[in-house]
Amino acid sequence: MRHASRELTCQELVELVTEYLEDTLAPSERLRFDAHLRTCPGCTAYIEQMRTTIRVLGKLSEESVSEDARRELLATFRTWKADVAKRDG
Amino acid sequence: MNSTRAPSPTDELELVLALRAGDEDAFTDLVNRYEAAMLQIALAYVPSRAIAEEVVQEAWLGVLHGIERFEQRSQLKTWLMRIVLNRAKRRGSEEARTIPFSVIQPAWNDSGPSVEPGRFRGPSNAWPGHWVSPPSSWSGVPEARLLSGEMFEQVRRALGELPTRQREVITLRDVLGYPAHEVCNVLAISETNQRVLLHRARSRVRAAVERYLEQ
Ligand SMILES: [Zn+2]
Repeated sequence: MRHASRELTCQELVELVTEYLEDTLAPSERLRFDAHLRTCPGCTAYIEQMRTTIRVLGKLSEESVSEDARRELLATFRTWKADVAKRDG
Repeated sequence: MNSTRAPSPTDELELVLALRAGDEDAFTDLVNRYEAAMLQIALAYVPSRAIAEEVVQEAWLGVLHGIERFEQRSQLKTWLMRIVLNRAKRRGSEEARTIPFSVIQPAWNDSGPSVEPGRFRGPSNAWPGHWVSPPSSWSGVPEARLLSGEMFEQVRRALGELPTRQREVITLRDVLGYPAHEVCNVLAISETNQRVLLHRARSRVRAAVERYLEQ
């Protein structure tokens, strides 16, 4: 396993970040990844930045549909209901 | 996360039956659960918020017209997401015909590196592949700046510049918080493909956040 024991470079590590966060790295890769992080503040900051980015992305979903659209939606529902009642009645 | 609010199968069946019977509370319940997610999905395909809201309206109309034929074999949530996805895609391609192509789909290098190669030391250096300009910690960035309207604008713009496949995945995974297997299911892609698209998308968005914070 010569390849597995070689140290990761920072440039290689950034390509594995998602697999690391998703926990899909092979055990040997995971060891190399963790070993690199222990000695590299730059990559540690990079992972932290990625986590922050994901958190910011998650906040985008707090936007909701406008009140007008909401009212329109209920009107649509009532029209649909009336149509169904007419058809079935 | 929205995915944790998904109703149990019994709840779902009751909701579907109530909706078929024209129960307005059931409809409101469903809207409360899924409308934010539907809006985010629509935003992934169309160029403006106004159009995204129209797509959501159309999708709900589609839900009402289709509820009679909805089969319990598929999950209600998956079914709803497919409806909005299809309408948003159709609308997105209609809009693309009226807007110059380059605006919608910039010429991104789709398989490029996650981080600009210039940030790393070259092969002749004693530490090839290591940072020249290491990323800095953002732990000191105030929350108000991190979650500011301006930040959201930058992130939205970065999302807008992603290739569609990447935008779909990152919207479902990170904006909406869906687990990987659900995203694969909704988009009909493999786990590996999902991960590759997510990785590219996150890398681009991180770079945009970095540019904004460190400008
Ligand atoms: Zn490193």
